[in-house]
Order: sequence, then C-alpha cells, then structure tokens
Amino acid sequence: MTRNAFASTAGAGHVTGQNAARDAIRGAHSEAAPVPRSGPAGPVADGATVGCVPAAASGAGFRSVRVLRAGPVSLRFRPRELLVAAVLTAALLVAVTVHVALGGTPIPFGQVLAALAGQPVEGGVGLVVTEFRAPRTVAAVLVGACLAAAGAIMQTVARNPLASPDILGVTSGASAGAVAVLVLAGSGAVGVAGLAASVGMPAAAFTAGLAAGVAVYLLAYRRGIDSYRLILVGLGVDGLATALTTWMLTLGDVTNAAQALTWMTGSLNGKDWPLVLPLGAAAAVLLAAAVAAGRWLLLGALDRDTAVAIGLRLGRVGLLSLTLAVLLAAVATVVGGRVVFVALASPQIARLLTGSPVPPVAVSALVGAVFVLVSDAVAANLFATPLPVGVVTAVLGAPYLIYLVMRPPRRTS
Amino acid sequence: MTQDQPVRGPTAVPAPSAVPRPAAERAARLRAQGLTLGYEGRAVVEDLSLDVPDGLVTTIIGPNGCGKSTLLRGLGRLLRPRAGAVTLDGESLDRLSTRRIAQGIAVLPQAPTAPEGLTVADLVSRGRHPRQRWYQQFSSGDEQRVREALAATGVLEFADTPVDELSGGQRQRVWIAMTLVQETDILLLDEPTTYLDLAHQVEVLELVHRLNRDLGRTIVMVLHDISLAARYSDHMLCMHDGAIVASGAPDEVVTADLLAAVFGLAAHVVPEPVAGRPHVIPLSPTAAPAVP
Repeated sequence: MTRNAFASTAGAGHVTGQNAARDAIRGAHSEAAPVPRSGPAGPVADGATVGCVPAAASGAGFRSVRVLRAGPVSLRFRPRELLVAAVLTAALLVAVTVHVALGGTPIPFGQVLAALAGQPVEGGVGLVVTEFRAPRTVAAVLVGACLAAAGAIMQTVARNPLASPDILGVTSGASAGAVAVLVLAGSGAVGVAGLAASVGMPAAAFTAGLAAGVAVYLLAYRRGIDSYRLILVGLGVDGLATALTTWMLTLGDVTNAAQALTWMTGSLNGKDWPLVLPLGAAAAVLLAAAVAAGRWLLLGALDRDTAVAIGLRLGRVGLLSLTLAVLLAAVATVVGGRVVFVALASPQIARLLTGSPVPPVAVSALVGAVFVLVSDAVAANLFATPLPVGVVTAVLGAPYLIYLVMRPPRRTS
Repeated sequence: MTQDQPVRGPTAVPAPSAVPRPAAERAARLRAQGLTLGYEGRAVVEDLSLDVPDGLVTTIIGPNGCGKSTLLRGLGRLLRPRAGAVTLDGESLDRLSTRRIAQGIAVLPQAPTAPEGLTVADLVSRGRHPRQRWYQQFSSGDEQRVREALAATGVLEFADTPVDELSGGQRQRVWIAMTLVQETDILLLDEPTTYLDLAHQVEVLELVHRLNRDLGRTIVMVLHDISLAARYSDHMLCMHDGAIVASGAPDEVVTADLLAAVFGLAAHVVPEPVAGRPHVIPLSPTAAPAVP
C-alpha cells in the first residue's frame, strides 16, 4: 500500500516533469517539422520522382542488366556468360580431339581431324576413329553435359549446392536397376548378353533411375519442396539403392560382379553407336529444354513467398524442372553408369566462372562435358591399367565437395 | 481513461476523415469473406471477413501469434484458404492465375531472400515478371519502371551493387522497390520495418506514406510498433486469437483498454506532440523510476 501511494505521487511528479521535457522536445520538433509529415520540402520532392522521373534519370541502362532490344523483343544476356561459353566451346572441341586421339594407341591429331571430317585416312584409322572411338567420345560429352545440367537445375530448385542427382538417389537408383537385370538375367557363366544387355539393362537403369527420382520427390513433398527435406530423403533413397545393389551383387557370380562394377563406378568402356545415338538424340532434346527452363530458375531461387508473389507458378515450375533434371540424370546414367561428382561440381564451377547468382544451365553443361572428357582421357592413359572414368571424376570432385562444405556460409538477404 | 491524463499540446487527432464508411459507394477491391487460414492441422485465422479500404494505409497490429502475418499471407494468396475466400474486384483469388494476381497485388513477405551476388537492378527488375513474356525480358518501359522505383526508394545509386552487400535498411528499400515495379494498386507489406533501427523504420514508413499519398496505392501492412503504426496509418486493425477485435481510425483502435485486453499491457495512451496521434507509453512497476 505504502508503495502504491509512493508510486502515485512519484507518478504525478513524473508527469509534470515530462511535460516540461515534452515541450522542449516539441520545440525541437517544430523547427524540424517539415521533415516528418507536413512539410513539402523533403519528402514531397522525393515523392515527385515516383510519378515522373527527371530526364537525367532515364537513358543509359544498368551495368548489371544487359539487354538486346529489337522492336517488341528484348532479351537479357550476361556478357561474361557468353564469353565463358565461347571459351568453353573451344575447350570442348580441343578436348574432343584429344579424347579421340588418346583413346587407345595414340593417333596423330592430323589423322584424327581428317577422319572426323570424313576424309580417307590410311590403314583403318578412319574406322577406328569413327566406329570405335567417336562413340565413346560422344558418350563422354553426353554424360558430362546431362549430369551437369541436371545438377544445375537441382541445385537451383533445391536452393542448395549439395543437391545433385548423385545425392538425390537418381544415379544410384539407375545403377541398381542395371545390376538387377545383370543378376536376374545373367545366371549363366558368360554374364549378360544379347537382348538383356543391349536393351534390358539400359531400360531397367532408366526406369529405376526415374523411380528413385519420383520416390524422392513424393516422399519429400509436403505443401511444396523444402531443400533440406529433399536432400535428406534423397540421401536415404540413395543409401537404400546402394545397399540393394551390394546385396544383389552377392547373389550373382564373379563375372557379373565385374560387369556390375562398371555400372557402380561409371565407365565409358565399349560404348557403341546403337546405344549412344538414340540416347544422344534424347539428351539433345532434354538439354534444349533445360536451357529454356533456365529463365525460371533464377526466379525460383528467390524465397518461396517472393517467387509466388511475382507470379511464378512455383509448384508447376519446380515439378517440371525436377522432372527434366531426373530425366537428364537417368539418360546419363544409362550411358555411363554412375559417374560421380560431375553433377555436383560442374554447376558450381560454372557459377564461379560466370559470376552468375545461380548456375547457368548451358555453361554448366559445357563444363560437365569437358570435365568428363578430360577425366576419361586421364583414366584411360595415366595408369598402366585403364581405370573407369568414375574413379577419376571422384578423385577430382571429392576435394571440391570438401571445399564446398568448408566454405564460409552464404549470406542471404 | 488514461487518455484523460493531463496532457498539453495538440489533442485533436487530425486527418483520418477519409476512413471509409463500410458499403458506401462501392465495394472494396480487396475483401476477405469467411476466411479460415491455417498451417498443418491448426487453424490460425477463423471465419474472418474484412474489407480493405481502398486508397488508404491500413495497419494490422496484434500480439505475437495472433494471426496477423497469416492474414496478410492469405490476402496475398501466399496461403490458400481452408474456407472462405479472398476476392479481388469480386473475383476469388483461387480462380485467378498467380500471374494475374501479381498484376493487381504486390506482396513483400516477412523474410525475403535473394541468391548471393544478385544485383539490386537485377533483383528489382524481376518484379516486372508478371508483365513480361519470354521474348520481352526487359523492355525500355521495364527499365524505366525499375529506375523510377529505385529512385523512389532512394537506392538508385546501388543499382549495380549485389543485394547482399547492402545494409538492412537499404535492403528493405530494395525489396519494397521490387514490389513497386509490379505497378499494382495494392501493396501488402509484412513487417517492413523488422530488424531496422528507428531511423530506418521511419524512413520505410515515410516511403509507405508517400506511395499512398502521391500514387494513391492501397497499402496493408503488419507492424509491431503500435505508436509508429498509429502515426502512419489511416486505418488500423487489431487482431487477437485469429479474429479482428478492433478496427477504425488509429485513435479509435489504440486505447489503453485495448492494450490491456489484447496485449495484457498496462499503458498510458497519449496524443503524440507532432500530429496528435495516439502514442503508447507502457507503465512499468519496476523500471525507470520517476525522475525527481
């Protein structure tokens, strides 16, 4: 009670004291009055620029937003991205030539180029180049480009540089499918041959890869796709598929195991036109679609609410992009088995090279193609026994993954 | 009651004469009818109806978890209603494409994020998306709108700077610029002043005020600071447990009774000395003993 009484008297004193203080403050305020609300000087002048912009403000475009305009058409481009793409295309051509030249007994570059150009070359070199080595080279380009494009899309949609078909279960699912055919159909000592090998295994790999991708998407879907849920579910499915593959290997014999290993580590050995041509055509269509989808990707990289607020159909765009990525990864795995780290590293390398906020799809694909070509050339030539390409991509890619994890966290706004 | 404290200075609250009479000439453009919103199993807002007064600044206040952000997300179709509908010009948002809605309503979410390295001009230009086609990626008209928005928000000088290199206040203005280039009549801003110091809060609210006064934009925002809300709003809504418990001009809504009932806060409400709007002074039994 006494405390209350004290408080009320103190309160009264406080109020008068405060009035004096307020008068002082108001005095200060009335001098500064134009600023806060009523004064026409400050805010209104600023506000006027909202409606009509002074002539000086229009004119030259923004340095960071470059546009080509012609009539009603206006296309954005990034000069640095175009430059990087041009350099990488040149590098790709060089890598293709080197890859063909070093795909076994070295062939002089002049003869390689002549054979690739369709000119007659002495002593069966032409046949070696166009029938044996060229399919493998095309396979390398296809695998690299498809995996990298798939990685670029997945990383952007999931807003996480760790998201890639390697981690999201697609590639391990595909190799589990191939190994299943190997074990179930290849009961004889000769392993799998004939129709089971040429059609069955690729078909099974493709189907299983898709199934793994769909499973991850459905399991991770809860009112939209959340980055961490996608990656954690993907890791789970990936682990399951890998375990399944290992288990199936114990059921088969040694010949099968050797053949299965090429699916599990990724190899471009013995690729021929009947496999590479149709898948190459499919890959070309998918890659074109992936590049076209790139327009959505940057918008999708904004937070969910902002993306929807500016009119992006996030659910549809996410589903379409991820479907495209899963198809690309499945095609690549059917051709080359499980070539790891390409999808993970290439998009981030492309992003660093171009300085772009999200990995550009086309440049990522170029990086991936060069990465696999170089890795395969190294795998075939550096050691006495030729290695599967997946071993080299892993050796080159793993340090990069570690770097990614150790990098300081991204700042967001 | 606490308003009857002896207070000198301007007591008359000017301005909010423009507060709409419900169902006056024509229906409000943005309305909610029987709206129920929620996350997972829980309904946060239940059976709420609301007419957003056209051409005014409306602020939603209320304690944490009362559903004010949820309501704003519902009004901006970021959250799909479980029951009832939000209508824009009489049409349910559920039946409009998200692109079509983006031409009428711009939303600034609570914690927007941009990918690392994206520049201010690039980010803000993405706000033109609902008005672009694949072959019209950035027309000179688009560029003009972006320039105007950057100038209006005072960030034109940072046009080519990455968004992540800006201060919090600058960044917030950039995000507001992005909603401006959408050229919508209605702006929904979810706590546009969070994480900003007082000067930057005032800066953002001044901008909101100008957008309303000079461009006639209808603005609905969620704010935590009741005094600032009263200062910069024509119309206020107070929410409690998912329902609107008070609405009207600031001096009608911000009362000591309401603060006690809704926030559980004992406070004086006095007219502030500049514009005479209600100002909240919390009563504290422990802190800040009176200066003798």
